[in-house]
Amino acid sequence: MALEKITKVTGRGVYVAGDDIDTDRIIPARFMKCITFDGLGEFAFYDVRKNEDGTEKKHILNDPRFAGASILLSGSNFGCGSSREHAPQSLHKAGYRGIIAESYAEIFFGNSTTLGIPCFSCSPVDIKAMAALIEKDPQIEITLDVVNEKVQVGEQTFPAEIRDSAKRALVEGKWDPIAELLEGAQEVKKKGDELEYV
Amino acid sequence: MAKSLYEKVWEKHAVRELSNGQTQLFIGTHLIHEVTSPQAFGMLRELSLPVLFPKRTFATVDHIVPTDQFTQPFADPLADAMIRELKRNAEEFGVTYFDLASGKQGIVHVVGPEQGITQPGTTIACGDSHTSTHGAFGAIAFGIGTSQVRDVLATQTLAMGKLKVRRINVDGELRPGVYSKDVILHIIKKLGVKGGTGFAYEYGGEVFDRFTMEERMTVCNMSIEGGARAGYVNPDETTFEFLKGRPYVPQGAEWDKAVERWKAIASDPDCEYDDVVNIRAEDIAPTVTWGITPGQGIAIDETIPDPAQAEEAEKASIEEALEYMKLQPGAAIKGTPIDVAFLGSCTNGRFSDFQEVANYLKGRKVAPGIKAIAVPGSQGVAKLCEAAGIDEIFREAGFEWRGAGCSMCLAMNPDKLIGDQLCASSSNRNFKGRQGSPIGRTVLMSPLMVAAAAVTGEVSDAREVFGVSPAVAV
Repeated sequence: MALEKITKVTGRGVYVAGDDIDTDRIIPARFMKCITFDGLGEFAFYDVRKNEDGTEKKHILNDPRFAGASILLSGSNFGCGSSREHAPQSLHKAGYRGIIAESYAEIFFGNSTTLGIPCFSCSPVDIKAMAALIEKDPQIEITLDVVNEKVQVGEQTFPAEIRDSAKRALVEGKWDPIAELLEGAQEVKKKGDELEYV
Repeated sequence: MAKSLYEKVWEKHAVRELSNGQTQLFIGTHLIHEVTSPQAFGMLRELSLPVLFPKRTFATVDHIVPTDQFTQPFADPLADAMIRELKRNAEEFGVTYFDLASGKQGIVHVVGPEQGITQPGTTIACGDSHTSTHGAFGAIAFGIGTSQVRDVLATQTLAMGKLKVRRINVDGELRPGVYSKDVILHIIKKLGVKGGTGFAYEYGGEVFDRFTMEERMTVCNMSIEGGARAGYVNPDETTFEFLKGRPYVPQGAEWDKAVERWKAIASDPDCEYDDVVNIRAEDIAPTVTWGITPGQGIAIDETIPDPAQAEEAEKASIEEALEYMKLQPGAAIKGTPIDVAFLGSCTNGRFSDFQEVANYLKGRKVAPGIKAIAVPGSQGVAKLCEAAGIDEIFREAGFEWRGAGCSMCLAMNPDKLIGDQLCASSSNRNFKGRQGSPIGRTVLMSPLMVAAAAVTGEVSDAREVFGVSPAVAV
């Protein structure tokens, strides 16, 4: 199960403003009635994008200028709340390959990394500046440089951070840990026998 | 060297270091439910992998089950299919499954403790963020994603980084009418919804020493709402007393050995924490939320924040919340009309929650036009309530007495808000759209405050509505 080494992600961006954007908002619970993750893409940010009658709200995610964006920018504590992997799955299936936010909720960060989505943390000032560049030119190319922890937006470079374990997992192509966990089977069995409780 | 419970449990379960610096951590107990597990079993099939330790995984149905229909097929074919899928997976992979016919079904975080599956000194994972509940027993318990459910099924381990530990002391005495729910809403309000990111919370102090297990569970449950993936209380006599005799705990001489082990796993008195926060119990009031995060809370007699007077960084969030909640800045929260009262969830759906409310609800009536539902957290809780006549008190007051499940906490079943209904809720999240309507509104509060709101038809101070005084307070 060789995985792609994710050293950089390039695409166009869209800025969804706001702090504490929870996973219920990323994917409302009613769309989790599914046995596979296939088809979740169309429900990403559903209630953010649509009115109750199914018509489109005036929202940046409905703005044709940003259609096809693959880098999502947002505020602090992104992905808080429910542990549902349906949230990053829906973003991934909707075409997002990288996220830039001030900070992330713990579980969302891990779930996203496991799908190979780098979650970069940047300062609020820099995110605003990136958002302004994107607003000015929605076609501007954005690169998340995982190795060097930098974001390139057109000609401008911004510093970024990503947790070291996530960075190493992405860069070494081990972002889905299952293969390495399976390699430890002998030690795991031993540990299971050692523990006094079943 | 003195160590915290977190460090001891971590060391005991660490298998080896992984190439990215994370730890391969053994998961002692794994709980699964119908919503976040089917994809994980699908992945196992794709990889042709078995469940490594089937005895360490327990399944039940909670998220999607109707609370007014108890036999399949359910009206919702998708819900029915998901529950059939869980049954198939449990049978095929040899996992214990508490189904609707078992008498043991319920919210996974109510069932685990009830059955004695949740034990001190263990690592517990579940594809649900409120797994932190089990920390009340001195376990390191946390929510995981579905790929991680797969990891646990296939390897009984997870790739994890170690958290820091923040000790939160609550000393003094809670005032009458103030409950464990108020304690955690107060903590989140004080430390913020992201204050706990990167931390496990260790709760202690006089208030926690006196708390029952069910009260401790309410607090640990909402650790995640404060950003802390895990929250725990050190095990003590209260813990052992609760667990003794439950189906999955050791019996006889094995029980004595287990208690010795559990005592030793508690944090050493002189251990060092990464952070310490001290809170006075007397400063905690009955607390309700006014906004769209669990941190946007105020005391029941306070007014709704005014963005004009807020710090610059808070303004936008407050404005967004007020617009969504259709509330006025500077107004009292007390007196806000409600449409629905929901009593239940993994936060407050246990026997003592219904018992406490029943003490005050007897002889009172739900206000006209208010839909009030009481949803026991498990079939076990329902049975206890029914044996004590508590269900009758609720029914006579005008509550619908339902079957066990998550119900209107996340509204994946038919229990949903309609339009912009406002719900007085004993659950844990007031996010936009959380209770099933994309424009539905949630005000979080303690069970007795939910009952007070149901009776008056508006957000109320339960102490006034029910005449809670030191004499009658439990």
